[in-house]
Amino acid sequence: MHDTVLPMIHLDNLTLGYDRHPAVHHLSAEIPAGALVAVVGPNGAGKSTLLKGLAGELRPIGGRIVLSGLPPSGLAYLPQRGEIDHSFPVSVFDVVAMGLWREIGAFGGLSRDQRGRVRAALAAVGMAGFESRPIGSLSGGQLQRARFARLMLQDAPLILLDEPFAAIDSRTVEDLVRLILAWHAEGRTILTVVHDFDQVRRHFPTALLLAREPVAFGPTAEVLTPERLARARRLSEAFDEHAHECQLEVLPALEIGAAAVGHAEAPAHDHGHGHPHPHPHPRPRRGHTHP
Amino acid sequence: MVTPILTRIPGPAADTPTREPRRAERCTPPLRPRLPHVTDFLISPFTEFAFMRRALAGCLALALGATPVGVFLLLRRMSLMGDAMSHAILPGAALGYLAFGLSLGAMTVGGIVAGLVVVFAAGLVTRASVLKEDASLAAFYLLSLAAGVMIVSLRGRNLDLLHVLFGSVLALDDASLLLIASIASVTLVCLAVLFRALVMECFDPAFLRGVSRWSPVAHYGFLMLVVINLVSGFHALGTLMAVGIMILPSAAARLWAKGLPVLLLLAVLFAFGSGAAGLLLSFHADVPAGPAIVLMCGVVYFVSLLAAPGGVLAGRLPVRRHLES
Repeated sequence: MHDTVLPMIHLDNLTLGYDRHPAVHHLSAEIPAGALVAVVGPNGAGKSTLLKGLAGELRPIGGRIVLSGLPPSGLAYLPQRGEIDHSFPVSVFDVVAMGLWREIGAFGGLSRDQRGRVRAALAAVGMAGFESRPIGSLSGGQLQRARFARLMLQDAPLILLDEPFAAIDSRTVEDLVRLILAWHAEGRTILTVVHDFDQVRRHFPTALLLAREPVAFGPTAEVLTPERLARARRLSEAFDEHAHECQLEVLPALEIGAAAVGHAEAPAHDHGHGHPHPHPHPRPRRGHTHP
Repeated sequence: MVTPILTRIPGPAADTPTREPRRAERCTPPLRPRLPHVTDFLISPFTEFAFMRRALAGCLALALGATPVGVFLLLRRMSLMGDAMSHAILPGAALGYLAFGLSLGAMTVGGIVAGLVVVFAAGLVTRASVLKEDASLAAFYLLSLAAGVMIVSLRGRNLDLLHVLFGSVLALDDASLLLIASIASVTLVCLAVLFRALVMECFDPAFLRGVSRWSPVAHYGFLMLVVINLVSGFHALGTLMAVGIMILPSAAARLWAKGLPVLLLLAVLFAFGSGAAGLLLSFHADVPAGPAIVLMCGVVYFVSLLAAPGGVLAGRLPVRRHLES
């Protein structure tokens, strides 16, 4: 656990994109410390882009991101496709030990205790005994386990995982989900891009549904409804190469709203019908009540 | 004519190679024919001639400095980048030569400046634009080469740059040897400081960018090491062949080694061994030293290709018994 104040992610009318085309459009949300959020949505919905923006690899083209109470290098980010060079002659132990950079920096040696922690992290991901294997000899699933072990050693209060279960077998996914849940129990804030809705329903208390436009954010059961998913699909299909400049100043309200996350007393929302927005509004919600 | 320039570069008077003593010695019948002959062949060129000892010291310095840099070039898949860089420093060295004549300092400074301008411009473009490292580097080294050739032609002097192209390891004077040794020392210190960051920058640059600000330091620092080692190499082997002692021993060692420390050590040993063998070949067969050294590196490379576990035969020979797990 950390002594520092746990982070709260505050997204203020955030727009991220490439070449002026927004991939994340006017997203406003507050993610409380300790939340475990599944970021869901169709391909091209801006999920990876959102994580890139949070990790600081992409500068917002509108709005802002405030990460409050986050210590320096308190953010661990696992990109979807790392830039890892598999042919590099380096051992699994060395790769996992890279996660200790915050403690040892560019010059520090590994103490006996730190070596023990590296081995413990490898054991925790089910890779005990792989220490001296070259990284190039690992299978896809094993490499992902090793990346999780490295992430574990980074000991970050805020963890961003971009499709950590892509091309991974179900047993490995189970193990990795167990790790994520353990981190959640330790009070870390975690955002994970996930495609498998069953997984999201089973394990993730909160979900953020994106389709370039933010669609819904709140308790998973209320976000992953057939109507919302259908709407997300419709939205993400609309892409105009020669789109006009976005004139939108007022931020559109999310369907469920940030306040609903982890709070029982969510107010009855007026769903922001006051803005001039091109997308079709959903029909009045059916069967949706706040707890 | 090429040969006279290569073999008869004026060095300090004391070191001017003279072949007379060796020939005279050969004529006297040896008392014990076998062993002394081998010693005579392998050792006495170095014990008898100061210029050979200097050349050997130069090779040791190059093996210690340039070859580890070559290992990282290889691992970053930038082996050909060394060749491009050697073209980039050539105009700088030529300009130095043009302005100050055959001056060690002017040619060194010129080469380093030209090389640094090219790598930093290319590095900047790589980090800030969509162009990859190879594309941006190709653009800048070609510009540097073109600019250099144009400047040389504008001065209208028939430059004799063959010694820059082919080096002069057999005529290293004190100043050149000191320069090569200093550059090797600086390189070893810098590599020691940058080592962890450089390994991470090569292996997983995105991760290094995420956890620290060392990524640009490692990137530019490494490019700087490449430039100063190429300049160091061109004094001994010439710009065209300085890359040889960087890449060939590294590639050979990569075929044998699984871990980075072994790889670095093996590459240095290969480079120094090829250097010594190349000098002996040059001495006995009376051929230019630079190409002889690089060809010896090539021998090590081809032997490794055939014999090493990572070589061409390794996966094709019939396997006796496979392992249990």
